[in-house]
Amino acid sequence: MAALNIEKGASSHSAYDLRDPNAQVIESHTLAVLVENEPGVLARVIGLFSGRGYNIDSLTVAEVDHLGHRSRITIVTRGTPAVIEQIKAQLGRIVPVHEVHDLSVEGPSVERELGLFKVAGKGDKRVEALRIAEIFRANVVDSTLESFVFEMTGTPEKLDAFADLMRPLGLADLARTGVAALSRGA
Amino acid sequence: MSRSMTGARMVIEALRDQGVDTVFGYPGGAVLPIYDEIFQQNDIKHILVRHEQGAVHMAEGYARSTGKPGVVLVTSGPGATNAVTGLTDALLDSIPLVVLSGQVPTFLIGTDGFQEADTVGITRPCTKHNWLVKETDELAATIHKAFHVATSGRPGPVLVDIPKDVQFATGEYVGPKQIATPSYQPVKKGDLGQITRLVELMEKAERPILYTGGGVINSGTAASQLLRELADATGFPVTSTLMGLGAYPASGKGWIGMLGMHGLYEANMAMHDCDLMIAVGARFDDRITGRVADFSPGSVKAQIDIDPSSINKVIHVDLPIVGDVGHVLEDLLKVWKSRGRKINAEPVRKWWVQIEQWRSRNCLAYRGSDKVIKPQHALERLQALTAHRKDRYITTEVGQHQMWAAQFLHFEDPNRWMTSGGLGTMGYGLPASIGVQVAHPEALVVNVAGEASWLMNMQEMGTAVQFRAPVKQFILNNERLGMVRQWQQLLHGERYSQSWSESLPDFVKLAEAFGCKGRVVSDPADLDAAIQEMLDYDGPFILDVMVEKHENCFPMIPSGKPHNEMLLGEASTEGAITGTGAALV
Ligand SMILES: Cc1ncc(C[n+]2csc(CCOP(=O)(O)OP(=O)(O)O)c2C)c(N)n1
Ligand SMILES: [Mg+2]
Repeated sequence: MAALNIEKGASSHSAYDLRDPNAQVIESHTLAVLVENEPGVLARVIGLFSGRGYNIDSLTVAEVDHLGHRSRITIVTRGTPAVIEQIKAQLGRIVPVHEVHDLSVEGPSVERELGLFKVAGKGDKRVEALRIAEIFRANVVDSTLESFVFEMTGTPEKLDAFADLMRPLGLADLARTGVAALSRGA
Repeated sequence: MSRSMTGARMVIEALRDQGVDTVFGYPGGAVLPIYDEIFQQNDIKHILVRHEQGAVHMAEGYARSTGKPGVVLVTSGPGATNAVTGLTDALLDSIPLVVLSGQVPTFLIGTDGFQEADTVGITRPCTKHNWLVKETDELAATIHKAFHVATSGRPGPVLVDIPKDVQFATGEYVGPKQIATPSYQPVKKGDLGQITRLVELMEKAERPILYTGGGVINSGTAASQLLRELADATGFPVTSTLMGLGAYPASGKGWIGMLGMHGLYEANMAMHDCDLMIAVGARFDDRITGRVADFSPGSVKAQIDIDPSSINKVIHVDLPIVGDVGHVLEDLLKVWKSRGRKINAEPVRKWWVQIEQWRSRNCLAYRGSDKVIKPQHALERLQALTAHRKDRYITTEVGQHQMWAAQFLHFEDPNRWMTSGGLGTMGYGLPASIGVQVAHPEALVVNVAGEASWLMNMQEMGTAVQFRAPVKQFILNNERLGMVRQWQQLLHGERYSQSWSESLPDFVKLAEAFGCKGRVVSDPADLDAAIQEMLDYDGPFILDVMVEKHENCFPMIPSGKPHNEMLLGEASTEGAITGTGAALV
C-alpha cells in the first residue's frame, strides 16, 4: 500500500459523511422517505426492511401532497453506520421513491409523536395521575369517574417517560402514532 | 392523435412500438384476449413454451445475448407463480425482462377467484418493479414505463399484471414518448472529481487489478470496448466474475482468468495481494470475496457501479463512483490520457512477474485419462472444435459442469456467455439456449449441462424441436449431483446423501422421442467425432457425454476461507471446510 495513500473512509457513500464506515456502534436514525402515493408503495418499503433484515422502531405514513400524489413515510431505524447507508441506498432504489432524507445527519430536526393514555383508578392514584399529567402538559380528552384518557404530544422519550409514570397509577391502554419528523429551519 | 382500442390490442401495439420481435409465453383463461390479438398479427413472433419457467429463462437468454429486453406472456395464478424462479434469477443477474401476466377481472380480485393469485404481492420482492393495471386507459403508459424501468439504470425484470376486464375494455393508447417516471431517474455520468482521484491512484499503483463483472456487459458493447482500451493502454491485469466473462477477451494480454470460489489461482492471488482494486460493474458477491474480513487486506478499493446500493454493501470501498460503466470508463480514459497516460511502470512490470509466477502453478491441471472422459477434457475438446466460430454462444446449467465451462471455455466477446450466476438455477441452461437461438437463428448455441440440471426443464426440448432451434445440448453426465457430491466429500465425511442421479433416462432415446437426435459417448477416443457430429447436425442435438463420476472441481476457495487459502487439485482436501465456514453455502 506504500504508494497509495488514501484516508480510509474519506469518501464513503455520501461525500460529506466522515464517520467511520466500519464502526460497529448501533445508531438510531430517522429517515424521511417521500414517495409516489400509489398502491403497494408502503408494502415495498416494509418488504425491503423485512426482506433484508433491517429494524423498524417506528413507522408513520400519510399523504402530504394531495395534488402531487406524494406521501411521506417517516421511519426510525437502527443499525451500524454501514447498515444505515445501505438502508438509504436500498430505499432510493425503489422505483416510486422520490427522495430519501436522513434527518439524523442532515442537520437539526424536530421529532414529535402523539400518544393516547388510558389510566383507570380511584382515590389517591387518580389524583396523582392528574397531577403528573399537568406537569407533562397532557390534555384530558375523556374522563369518567374511574378513568382518564390523556393526550400528549412530544418526543418519543417524553412519551416513554409519561407511560412509565402512569403504569403504577393504572395505565390500562396506550396508543401511539409513531414519529413524525421535519428538519429545522427554512 | 388519440387512438382508441381494447386493452388486448394495446398490449400488441405497445410491444410493437417498443420494437419487440419475439414473445415467449403460454396461454390461459386470463390472457385469452391478448392471445386473440397475437393470432391476428404477424409482426411479433410468439414462442410457445412447455412451462412458464422455461419462458422466463428463454427470455433471459434472448436478453443477455442481444442486449434487448426479453418479453414473456403468462396467464394468471399458476402461470404467474411458475414465472417466479425466472424472475428471481433475472433480478439477481440484472437481466432486463418485461413479464406480462393475466389476472382475474378487477371485480373478482380478492375473492379467491379461479386462478387468482396475488401476483404483484408474490413478485414484489423478485422484480425491479411491478404494476397491477386497473384501468385500460393506464395500460399502454404502464407497459412503456415497464420497458423503461427494465432496461435503464441497473437492468432487471419487471412485471405488469393485467386483469381480463382491462384487456376487453376500450381505452386511449399512448406511445412510448409520452411517458414520464419522475421518481425514477438513474444517473449515467460518474462524478468527475472521483474519476480524477481514481486516475491519480492508477498513476501511482504498484499492483493494480481490474476486477470486472456483469455490469460491463449490461452497460453495452461500447463498455466492453472501453474496458479493453483501458486495460491494454495501462497494461493492468484483468480478472472477471462469472457474469462478466467475455467483456475482456480471453486472448487479451491483460487477461488473468476468472476469480472467485472456483476461479483461477493467479486471479485470486492477485486480488488478495493487489494495492489498487478497480471494481467495474462487479458487486463483491460472497462467491468472490471468500472470508470478508481477509478480503484483499492491503488494497485501496475503487468501485464503478450504476447502483448506489452495490457500494459498501459487502466490502468497504474507498473510492465509489456511481454511474454507468460505459460513461465512467469513457471519462476515466479521457482524464487519464489528458494527464499524460502515466502508470507506475516498473512496479507494474514486477507485479506481472509475480502474476506469471502464480500462473505457472497451472491451477487447472487435472489428471488425464484414456479410459474415461474427464469433464475438463470434454470441455477442452469442445473449445478446440468450436473456437473458430465467432458466433458461438454458450449457456450452462448449474453445478460442476458450469464451473468447468467457465474455466475451460474461452470468451472473446461479450453477450456470448449465459449462465445463472446469482441465483444458481438448475434448469436455466436448456431454455436459455433456446432463447439465444431464437435471437440468433444462424449461430452455434451450446448448452453445457449436467444431467441432473438438464432434467429440470427438459420439457423445453419440445419447444426447440417445434421452433427448429438447433440447440446443442452438451450433457456432462456424471450420474451425480456432482457439485453437491463434491461438498459432501469435503464437508460431510463422504456421506453422499441423495446426490446420486438414479434412474436416468436414456438420453438418446429421449432425443428421438422429442423428434431430434442424440448420441452417447463414453470412450475418450470417440469424443471428437461425437462432438463433431453434434456440431454438424442440422437441428437440436443431445450429446450424452459419460464422464468421470467423482471428479472434483478445482481450484476451490472453501467457504469461510480467504483467497490465499485456496485448494488446488492435488492438495489434500480433508477437513477443508471447518468452523463457521461450514455454515456457509
Ligand atoms: C433448482 C436448484 N435446486 C438445487 C440446487 C442445488 N444444486 C447445486 S448444483 C447441484 C447438482 C447439479 O447436478 P448436475 O446438474 O448433474 O451438475 P454437476 O454438478 O454434476 O456437473 C444441486 C442439486 C440448485 N442449484 N438449483
Ligand atoms: Mg451431474
